Amino acid sequence: MTDATLYGLCGAALVGLGLFGLIVHPQPLRKILAFNLIGGGAFLLFGVVARRGASAGLDGDPVPQALVITGLVVAFAATALAVALLLRLFQETGRATLRSDDSQP
Amino acid sequence: MPNSATAGGFLLVLAIVLPIAGALLSLVLGGRHAERVALIVMPTGVVVAVAIAATIWRTHSVLQYFVGNWDPPLGVAFRADGLSAVMIVTAALLICGIGLFARTQFPTPRGVEARASLAFWTLLLAIWGALNAVFIGGDLFNLYVALELLTFAAVPLVSLDGSAETLAAALRYLLFALLGSILYLLGAVLLYGAYGTLDIVLLSSRINAEPAAWAAISLMTAGLLAKAALYPFHLWLPPAHAGAPAPASAMLSGLVVKAPFFIVVRLWFDVMPRVPERTAAQVLGLLGAAAILFGSVVALRQARLKLLIAYSTVAQIGYLFLMFPLAIMPETGHPWNSVAWTGGILQAVSHAFAKAAMFMAAGLIAEALGHDRIAGLSGIGRALPTTVFAFGLGGLSLMGLPPSGGFVAKAMLLTAAVAEGQWWWAVVVLTGGLLAGGYVFLVLAKALADTSQPVTLRSRISQSRQTLAVAVALCAVLLGFVPLRPLELLQIGRPNTAVVDVR
Repeated sequence: MTDATLYGLCGAALVGLGLFGLIVHPQPLRKILAFNLIGGGAFLLFGVVARRGASAGLDGDPVPQALVITGLVVAFAATALAVALLLRLFQETGRATLRSDDSQP
Repeated sequence: MPNSATAGGFLLVLAIVLPIAGALLSLVLGGRHAERVALIVMPTGVVVAVAIAATIWRTHSVLQYFVGNWDPPLGVAFRADGLSAVMIVTAALLICGIGLFARTQFPTPRGVEARASLAFWTLLLAIWGALNAVFIGGDLFNLYVALELLTFAAVPLVSLDGSAETLAAALRYLLFALLGSILYLLGAVLLYGAYGTLDIVLLSSRINAEPAAWAAISLMTAGLLAKAALYPFHLWLPPAHAGAPAPASAMLSGLVVKAPFFIVVRLWFDVMPRVPERTAAQVLGLLGAAAILFGSVVALRQARLKLLIAYSTVAQIGYLFLMFPLAIMPETGHPWNSVAWTGGILQAVSHAFAKAAMFMAAGLIAEALGHDRIAGLSGIGRALPTTVFAFGLGGLSLMGLPPSGGFVAKAMLLTAAVAEGQWWWAVVVLTGGLLAGGYVFLVLAKALADTSQPVTLRSRISQSRQTLAVAVALCAVLLGFVPLRPLELLQIGRPNTAVVDVR
């Protein structure tokens, strides 16, 4: 198994774990963490793609690295916004869950 | 397509930079000037949008701009074809209508700073900039960033009043949106890994029917469906759209959910025109049909007006996805030459106007009565006739009655379904229309009911805001005069645009 395959599989495993967590856990904080896990997996995959130098046949392709950095910033901002909302929800209601206020028709 | 920047390319940059600069300026200047900044940016933005559409119409070709003069695949391209032009003009008109409408609700505070006002005007401009970035993005990663910008601007609008209920709705919206965007990013990563570019034009010439492409497109489509709230990913939409203040609901329901749909159209018709995906298109159509039936039936059972309108959005989003099985199936011509493709786009535009008008009307009614329970609406037709008229005009388009944009769109979808022998979609379109008639009638019947005692209004509603709601609804009605065939403007920039009338 080459390095790239190993990294790729690790990335895929992270995405799988995160997806599982996002679907199974009802608590918003865990969902936010799971989202970051998927993000980590996606960025790892992107790193592998860069290592393969897919577009130019180089040793390393710089484009994915630039995109990963942008992606990290976006994911960081998303996490910050989600945690801020959750904190505010906790201040308002004293709990950090979404379940009890389900207003199903 | 010429592989160079075109003369009017700077207009595309303006379309993004202008609203974003306005949003940043509002942040710096604070709540006392946010409204003024928005009032300056809005007309300027409309001029830019019209200029983009006019240039595309006049030159009959795609507007292009390469950021920093770097050609793709290394650089990032902005491209606007006829489809982009239609969406940009729609967004500009609607944002202006909503902005003028919101002036009473989010006025410039006297004395102390009001955070709601600052937040609203800043986010309105941010949403506008993000929408334009989605409509002219020529690079899949750039589209990801634009989608995230849109989400970050849309989520806080939901919880503008800060109540626990809307905070929960905003958080749920954000969680769905984050799942959607990360799946989209994962698909983009796979595409880059397989083909070494994320530029839409370059990708379309390199992509092949193989597992990597299928996996990538499936992941991206699934992510976008979560953001567009297509059934069964609709759970976040009703509480979020119903909980937001009326002008914000109008933006969220009218425009924000159209952005992920727009990217699905880009993916399916621009990125992979050569990859056969008929079974997948049928699945999208099935989800759309389920959304139409489920959303309409649940809307019928709502006790609150804003929730009814929100569930109606769930249903109307379903129509958008009926265009995939209908446009991809025809044997003759290209998918975008079909009436189904045109019908899908027209549905997106006319629903934007109709739904915005209905949310505006619902907001006015809630403000006047102090509640929005449908059972307590009797007599409001006499007190606020103009508002109820706006609601009815919007409903006309949802039901698909002539003359309205909704009628033309649904007639095109019906024509396509019958012409291609896929009659089951025709049944869904007609049933959805009937159900929409049902829930619009439920509201109108209550509102126009004759009551002996006149309703007492909590607050006076100015005539100008009511007229604005009617004006927005009239845009949806005017779209009803669009001819029933593939539109020339929408064809600009499509590969191989010899117009074949497949009716």
